[in-house]
Amino acid sequence: MTNRLSWFIIFWLIAVFAFLYAPIISVVVYSFNASKLVTVWGGWSVKWYGALANDRQIIDAAILSLEIAAISSTLATILGTIAGYVLVRFPKFLGRTAFSGMVSAPLVMPEVITGLSMLLLFISMEQLIGWPQGRGFTTVIIAHVTFTLSYVAVVMRSRFLVLDLSLEEAAQDLGARPLKVFFVITLPIVLPAIISGWLLGFTISLDDLVISSFTNGPGTSTLPMVVFSKVRLGLDPKINALATIIIAIVAIGVIIATVHIRRLERQRQRDEQMAMRAIAAQA
Amino acid sequence: MAAVEKTTKQPQNKHVSAPWNDPKAEPYIRIENVTKKFGEFVAVNNVSLNIYRGELFSLLGGSGCGKTTLLRMLAGFEVPTAGKIYIDGVDMAGIPPYDRPTNMMFQSYALFPHMTVEQNVSFGLKQDKYPDSEIKQRVAHMLEMVQLMPFAKRKPHQLSGGQRQRVALARSLVKQPKLLLLDEPLGALDKKLREATQFELMNIQDRLGITFIVVTHDQEEAMTLSTRIGVMNEGQIVQTGTPQEIYEYPQSKFVADFIGSVNLFEGQIIEDEQDHVLIRSDEAGGDIYIDHGISSAPGARAWVAIRPEKIRLTKQDLNEPHNCLSGVVKGIAYMGNLSIYLVQLDSGKQIKVTMPNQVRAAEFMIDWDDRVTITWHANSPVALLS
Amino acid sequence: MAATDIVRASRLPASGWLESLLSRLGISGRTLVIAIPFLWLLLYFFLPFLIVLKVSLAFIAIAQPPYTHYDAAGNFVLNIGDSYGRLVKDALYIKAYLNSLMVAAISTLLCLFIGYPFAYGMARCHRSVRNILLMLVILPFWTSFLIRVYAWIGLLKNNGLINEFLMWLGLIDSPIGMMNTNFAVYLGIVYSYLPFMILPLYANLEKMDMSLIEAATDLGCKPLKAFFLITVPLSFPGIVAGSMLVFIPAVGEYVIPELLGGPSSLMIGRILWGEFFSNRDWPTASAVAIAILLALVVPLMFYQKYQDKEMAKES
Repeated sequence: MTNRLSWFIIFWLIAVFAFLYAPIISVVVYSFNASKLVTVWGGWSVKWYGALANDRQIIDAAILSLEIAAISSTLATILGTIAGYVLVRFPKFLGRTAFSGMVSAPLVMPEVITGLSMLLLFISMEQLIGWPQGRGFTTVIIAHVTFTLSYVAVVMRSRFLVLDLSLEEAAQDLGARPLKVFFVITLPIVLPAIISGWLLGFTISLDDLVISSFTNGPGTSTLPMVVFSKVRLGLDPKINALATIIIAIVAIGVIIATVHIRRLERQRQRDEQMAMRAIAAQA
Repeated sequence: MAAVEKTTKQPQNKHVSAPWNDPKAEPYIRIENVTKKFGEFVAVNNVSLNIYRGELFSLLGGSGCGKTTLLRMLAGFEVPTAGKIYIDGVDMAGIPPYDRPTNMMFQSYALFPHMTVEQNVSFGLKQDKYPDSEIKQRVAHMLEMVQLMPFAKRKPHQLSGGQRQRVALARSLVKQPKLLLLDEPLGALDKKLREATQFELMNIQDRLGITFIVVTHDQEEAMTLSTRIGVMNEGQIVQTGTPQEIYEYPQSKFVADFIGSVNLFEGQIIEDEQDHVLIRSDEAGGDIYIDHGISSAPGARAWVAIRPEKIRLTKQDLNEPHNCLSGVVKGIAYMGNLSIYLVQLDSGKQIKVTMPNQVRAAEFMIDWDDRVTITWHANSPVALLS
Repeated sequence: MAATDIVRASRLPASGWLESLLSRLGISGRTLVIAIPFLWLLLYFFLPFLIVLKVSLAFIAIAQPPYTHYDAAGNFVLNIGDSYGRLVKDALYIKAYLNSLMVAAISTLLCLFIGYPFAYGMARCHRSVRNILLMLVILPFWTSFLIRVYAWIGLLKNNGLINEFLMWLGLIDSPIGMMNTNFAVYLGIVYSYLPFMILPLYANLEKMDMSLIEAATDLGCKPLKAFFLITVPLSFPGIVAGSMLVFIPAVGEYVIPELLGGPSSLMIGRILWGEFFSNRDWPTASAVAIAILLALVVPLMFYQKYQDKEMAKES
């Protein structure tokens, strides 16, 4: 597919990327602005990073959000991997349509609805069985697991779809029982997909504002909730600094991942060349 | 488990002992009236088959004929809708794949991508909790046999197609299964490699004495490899026999047409005796005399199948009562070792004739639009009733 | 049973105990595997909707929680009149409802018009370039959504970058009021949801067989016509998927109108939030949620159908 691209398409690609990145770049640049007035340039400075480091509220909220994201993403990865596996490997069972609907619907469900419905469920459960007591850490985790599970399930589903079924059959054929096949063959092979599913779940949980706002309780303000309450009051240079840190972490993560994948790819090519040479030598 | 069973017979002698002709011989694998339905679709339709110890049996057929489904039922991946499968006298019903004395070599090889060659081959033995020393020894022995010892620490993606095929073979053989199932074992290899591997596969099978069932759509592969072939069509086995029987004595138009190339003439039986049958065919424009009887009702509809290489082509005018037709050469395809002639008979029917190119530039050369006479020996054609 | 089979059976793998325990309980491993995520979703995703439906039929009460199913006389009553009655009678709700659908629909179209040529261009790039572009599209998605919306405030304000830039160019004398307008809401939604449109379109266009276009041009079709006759119809599944991924969540969007829109940017998600948190009118908030769901049933079914079709195609 090496047809030449028209100038229109090239222009369009550049324009859309500018649109996608201009706001992000402006935030990064203004995080180094000495002026308190966020949009007036007052020279370079890193003082907002210092101020951020001293803001206990933001730091505490960040730690809480990371904890919630780590726990809920781990649970969601377990459930989502199973759900993705079920969708691909069990083509027929009672309620399959309902199941696949419930797996994919949270992806698009407006967050206000998910948040409201989860909260009403927790309240009804508390009235009926006395659990969960009040709202807080547990309820936020349950809510996050439920809607991030879908993202993981979608990632895992597409991985399992391209996983050769005969690999699992071969393992069974050689004497491994189904449960063992899953842990010894299936899981190790799809591990990269599981990791990206976990990262996706982690990021989405970390980023969630609406569902956390509905399901949280006193003392469990997550980072997006704190940011939101500050942003509603207007621009805050500390938020620019925070945004820059998040963007830096993501960018570094993605660059490392890309370089790593590149290296694996090159290694693979080298291996294959080696194999080819070995054949040539044998022949 | 028994040590490697050494058989003394040579590959060439394989066809000499023929347990399927011995009524007293006990079949090793018995497939009895097995049917498999997927919803309304009948994939395998009432198949019965006996396979004997040490055989290399091929299931041959086009795609969707049910051969792979039959193989998967033997491995335990599919449960028959009806019928029974016995391996070495044991009913396989309810026995899951991981407890069956069978192993399978998959079409895609299904090598575990995260394990080395050695780990792949030892996987099956580890599942049965053999002592480490025995596993090591048996894996080494197997890798030696398929000449992959130098590649033991490689991962599958570091191997060529032919090497992967050998790893898959080693992995499925190392447990000394009673029955080895091979799904298109050579399908993924290129033509040259395929021919070399065919003989290697026969050699290994003969050395280990393990019973093989091979699924293939490649008739050439089935012909070279097998002790016997089962030809499948639409879920049924239409004929079972040695490669020679299948080729020389097909029992139906389907088999005659599926294996190799054939000319078919429709006709009517005029005489059917113990030692011959005479068929009058308007399609051929003459009578066809065959030196074997087929015990049918006189006047019945029948077909005569004759292979292109069994027909002789000449410019001389022979005038014999039977097995002698005339026509015009309408096309010649020069193939090097032989030439294919397309002859339009006086009846209008087109037939194919192959002749070896024995001499380089023949004085007898037959050219386009030449009038020719075609003849064949009375034992060459086969009369078919279906 | 042959001797070797008995030997095999006595060598049960370590995971065997769990399987035998389950089979003694009459549960197959398969059932258990299906049941775990199934029950979770039934309890935490499906059941909550029934509760929302139930609460939407309650009375407001000064209590904890602030609703009751009993009327003044103490009888259990399904109260349709209060919550749903308010939605129908009060023009504010209807206006917000219709406005949300319109904003979501227009934003979806905008995303499609911007995203399609983009995805098409990406799919036609060289392989190595393609992967980098794909990464660049996904990258913003990994950074915080909230912060990306926040970034626009700095750009759109009266003394923000865009106005400053335009005034520096001399194109305008006084700042254009862009913050707290519907324009800002559209911009925010298109900006935030554009990757969701691009990704399914790209996935579809990338897989498309280029020889189809070549065949069409070979048969005398002009490139632009071939694009509309071949490429666009074949990419229809991608268009549907992308549109649903943008439209459905955009209908209930809360954060974007709250931060970028003004008081006049009425959207139903904001109304729900307000009823719930400010007015503490849970029955009305629940009724609003049900009303949003009703509008989304058809798009949700489209989306689900696409998902199933994609799966069937791949397997």
